[in-house]
Amino acid sequence: MVKKYGKNLMPAAFMGMILVLWEAAVLGFHIPMYVLPSPVQVLRALIEEAGTLAVHGAVTVAEALTGIGISLCLAVILGVVMDCFPFMRRGIYPILVVTQTVPMIVMAPILIIYMGFGIGPKILTVVLMCFFPVAVSFSDGLAQVDEEYVNLVRSYGAGKWMAYRLVKIPASVPALLSGLKVAATYSISGAVVGEWIGAQKGLGYYLLRVKNGYMLDKVFACVAVIIFLSLCMNGLIRLYQYKALPYLRGKLQ
Amino acid sequence: MKLRVNGLEFSYENKKILDQMDFFVKEGEFVSLLGPSGSGKSTILKILTGVLMPQQGQIMADDRQIYGVTELFAYMPQNDLLFPWKTILENVCLYGYVHGSLEEVRREAKENFSLFGLAGYEDRYPSELSGGMRQRAAFLRTALCRADILLLDEPFGALDVITRGEMQDWLIHMRKRLNKTVILVTHDMDEAIYLSDRILILNESPARITGEIVIEEKQRDRQWLYGQGELRKEIHRRIMGES
Repeated sequence: MVKKYGKNLMPAAFMGMILVLWEAAVLGFHIPMYVLPSPVQVLRALIEEAGTLAVHGAVTVAEALTGIGISLCLAVILGVVMDCFPFMRRGIYPILVVTQTVPMIVMAPILIIYMGFGIGPKILTVVLMCFFPVAVSFSDGLAQVDEEYVNLVRSYGAGKWMAYRLVKIPASVPALLSGLKVAATYSISGAVVGEWIGAQKGLGYYLLRVKNGYMLDKVFACVAVIIFLSLCMNGLIRLYQYKALPYLRGKLQ
Repeated sequence: MKLRVNGLEFSYENKKILDQMDFFVKEGEFVSLLGPSGSGKSTILKILTGVLMPQQGQIMADDRQIYGVTELFAYMPQNDLLFPWKTILENVCLYGYVHGSLEEVRREAKENFSLFGLAGYEDRYPSELSGGMRQRAAFLRTALCRADILLLDEPFGALDVITRGEMQDWLIHMRKRLNKTVILVTHDMDEAIYLSDRILILNESPARITGEIVIEEKQRDRQWLYGQGELRKEIHRRIMGES
């Protein structure tokens, strides 16, 4: 029993220890709330602000889900195109890498200049953050498919597109999901960055408002919600993988 | 369906793999292509399936020249190549997926699961099966193709000695049931002697057929195989190029 759950209990125990030390430090050194709130104050803020956080959180989650959906579609299309036409891969892949070197905090205001203060730039920020890990994982997954599988279905009379449908795309799904797990974790942060720069709703907007009011307990409460939502997004992909790809269950463990 | 291969030549990256390959296979015959590893035996099968195109030569099926991928051949590769993401039933129905006849192939597959020793494993994934069972599933996938000629590329090469022996016995039994023409590629002399009606001997790359051995015995068992010392010596002599 201890062995089975020990792996999960250990980080929880450490986290609990850090929270106790944090609480003791704030109380012991009389640190004011506008400098560092204690975990209990953060928890209180979380409970008091639950309704407001839920409203703003729903907006952020909607932006993140839309962004990740668009990223997934674009990554699958681009991955297949790059795999089909090697010159496209040689041309596009380095550009994809370069796009990741541009800081998103610089890109987000530019997107607002072009697209206004609506939901568009927030979704695009998520897309810019999530597209890369999904596209690269899927593209690498396609490139690594054993050619013998493709030869087998071709010997059965399958054409190029059928070989993609029957072999290459299904074989690359585990790689795609690996990228998607990373992207899902980024997606909430991406939406928050977009909202931080300019919005009327969302956790980024809420975060900016409470920060400007020096309500650090609410800032920390909002950060806790962002962490929770990011882990939920990652968990959703893991759950999908567990349910939809049973043949990977052994490997997951 | 009878098959004739005339003057087949194939090179890859300026290296000649096949050189003037000529052979024929009669209808219903079990022919083995026996030669050392890396001699280009598998290349012959890949050309027959249409996955590779020869630089020269002709392939005639019933006196009709064939090109590229045709429905005449069903190919069983060296590794089972079962799709890990599909169940065994879905795997063996590959022909149905490709040709839009899934229901028909699925029905036929279900009827054959017991015969292939796979009953009860229809909904399992390949990773849950033993090596021998995976090979039998791969063989069922091959047998379910509407093809006249089965091309077996060292199908038991990856199995341990005991399982390989069991699979060879099983293949002899299955051959009578399926009644198809078979071309087997192998580097295992005993396997070729045990299973074949005729053995075509290949030399080192570039591959060329250097000899032919006809095996008359119809009632074969392991005891018969152990007594074939002279035949083994003869095949060895031919592989080494001694007349």
